[in-house]
Amino acid sequence: MAKSIDVSDLNIYYGDFLAVEGVNMTIKAKSVTAFIGPSGCGKSTMLRSLNRMHEVIPGARVEGKVVVAGESLYDPSVDPVSVRRQIGMVFQRPNPFPTMSIFDNVLAGNRLNARKISKSEAESIVERSLRGANLWGEVKDRLNKPGMSLSGGQQQRLCIARAIAVEPQVLLMDEPCSALDPISTSAIEDLIHELKSDYTIVIVTHNMQQAARVSDDTGFFNLKAAGEPGHLVEFNPTRKMFSNPDNESTEAYISGRFG
Amino acid sequence: MTTLEQTTAPKSTSTLSRAKLTPWAPWLVIVVATALASLIVLLGSWSWYAVPFLAVLFVIIGLPAWSAAIEGRRAAMDRLATCLVWTSLLVALVPLVWVLTEVVLKGVPELSLSFITHDMQQKLDPVTYKMAAGAGVAHALVGTLLITAAATVISVPVGLMTAVYLVEYGAKSRVARWTTLLVDVMTGIPSIVAGLFALALFTLLFGNGTRSGLMGAVALSLLMIPTVVRAGEEMMRLVPDDLREASYALGVSKWRTIVKVVIPTAFGGILTGVMLAVSRVIGETAPLLVAVGSLDLMNANIFSGRMQTLPVYILTEYKKSTPEDYNLAWAGALLLILIVMVLNLVARIISHVFAPPSNERR
Repeated sequence: MAKSIDVSDLNIYYGDFLAVEGVNMTIKAKSVTAFIGPSGCGKSTMLRSLNRMHEVIPGARVEGKVVVAGESLYDPSVDPVSVRRQIGMVFQRPNPFPTMSIFDNVLAGNRLNARKISKSEAESIVERSLRGANLWGEVKDRLNKPGMSLSGGQQQRLCIARAIAVEPQVLLMDEPCSALDPISTSAIEDLIHELKSDYTIVIVTHNMQQAARVSDDTGFFNLKAAGEPGHLVEFNPTRKMFSNPDNESTEAYISGRFG
Repeated sequence: MTTLEQTTAPKSTSTLSRAKLTPWAPWLVIVVATALASLIVLLGSWSWYAVPFLAVLFVIIGLPAWSAAIEGRRAAMDRLATCLVWTSLLVALVPLVWVLTEVVLKGVPELSLSFITHDMQQKLDPVTYKMAAGAGVAHALVGTLLITAAATVISVPVGLMTAVYLVEYGAKSRVARWTTLLVDVMTGIPSIVAGLFALALFTLLFGNGTRSGLMGAVALSLLMIPTVVRAGEEMMRLVPDDLREASYALGVSKWRTIVKVVIPTAFGGILTGVMLAVSRVIGETAPLLVAVGSLDLMNANIFSGRMQTLPVYILTEYKKSTPEDYNLAWAGALLLILIVMVLNLVARIISHVFAPPSNERR
């Protein structure tokens, strides 16, 4: 059920401001693709345009094509809501719903869409998703406690469980570990490795080691200059990217000699 | 009054320690100031009401002066500020406590089962064969509860949906800006104007002399809507965008996000806002007098005819100017305060139950 994503000539705008320019890439199914690059270069914007979350911001719009398994996401007949049902997202800061218990948070995707599910089905979804997010063992005895009662790392894994509970085809992760300690980070990286067998994963990260550890392909974004739009400098298999990049600025960034 | 010498202030050579007044110094000053004030009042044969004013004045002068002499300038300023803050608190608190005590003291003797189950209908006394005036508030109680409930039913949906528009859809559009401005203007509408508006509206629609509880409800909802809009807007703006995005990212549509995520998260605050609005209008007299009128009998049909309400009941009884009627007015006032209190307590309990347990970390 995992799908590949083809991006061609994508320009992303905030109002009149061109934030990301001319992106072309192919994200392979059942693999992990990492976006790296300096702050403000449009990695997150790029990620958000892959499930039409970008246009939630007033004035934001997109030109170009994003094709998921043959279907163009930005076709006028496409409903952004159904796009987001198939392409899940995990955010930088853990954001469980404060009014809901752990159990209800996992089921939020089903419950909020008023999908009728039986009690036993709900329980199996919750267990499967929490096991998938490596959280089941820690919370199985307190599923009725509020989601906010968990630690930051657990909350982030709860958000991942929530995202995979609706069985998306693609999972987008926007710096999922930037607010977490090293132990929680390594738990989530392990999780990404496991999820790879079922999902197409795209992850934005500031952590080069993380990109090297978890991803199969890496895209490096950069700004030509301050105020200029961000662009994709290089898109290559991670191994090549970190050993023998095509582009000089990629090597400069990865080796820490940026600018 | 600062003749008391501070003996417990050793001269120290340390630069960090300094002389200090004993912890009970403020209490001592208060006692001395009260005694001094009483003495002056006694000697000058002034009214005893002057005592608290003089005493507070002496404390405000005396404590900082004593402190300045021993502790130094900065500590003295601190004492002065403390005195002023406490005085302000007292000034704010005294009228509140005073009014409450007065209403309770004068209202309680009249409160009885018969008072809250009868209206003001005259009855023939079977012993003396004279017409005896009724002494009950049931009709006003029913009227107030019905009209306020109707006003709430009208204003909560309108107010909440306006707030939803302003926060979720309007953003910074011109319509939203004008709506906000008009809501702010509406907050300042004199309540009697709201009453006159309802009167004019219903007269136009149903002809001269129309009176009904519904007219009062419309007038009150004009006063409630701005408060509900404001509260709803503030509370929904406090809901982090993270939660909206989390919901959108799960493929939840916008209106479901609003209904299932935004409003539940803001529920406690919205409820508090609605209760504030209810508390504000439940004591309104002028619009009800204009739009609903006054009646001595029970009328529980808000769609037709005059009705009695508690504030108008208080006014009516006060205008009759007999000791018995004054007592009835006090009891009515007590009842009104009790209703507002109970409503607020209930709202607090409900919003506590629904509040997001965000502070309960492990």
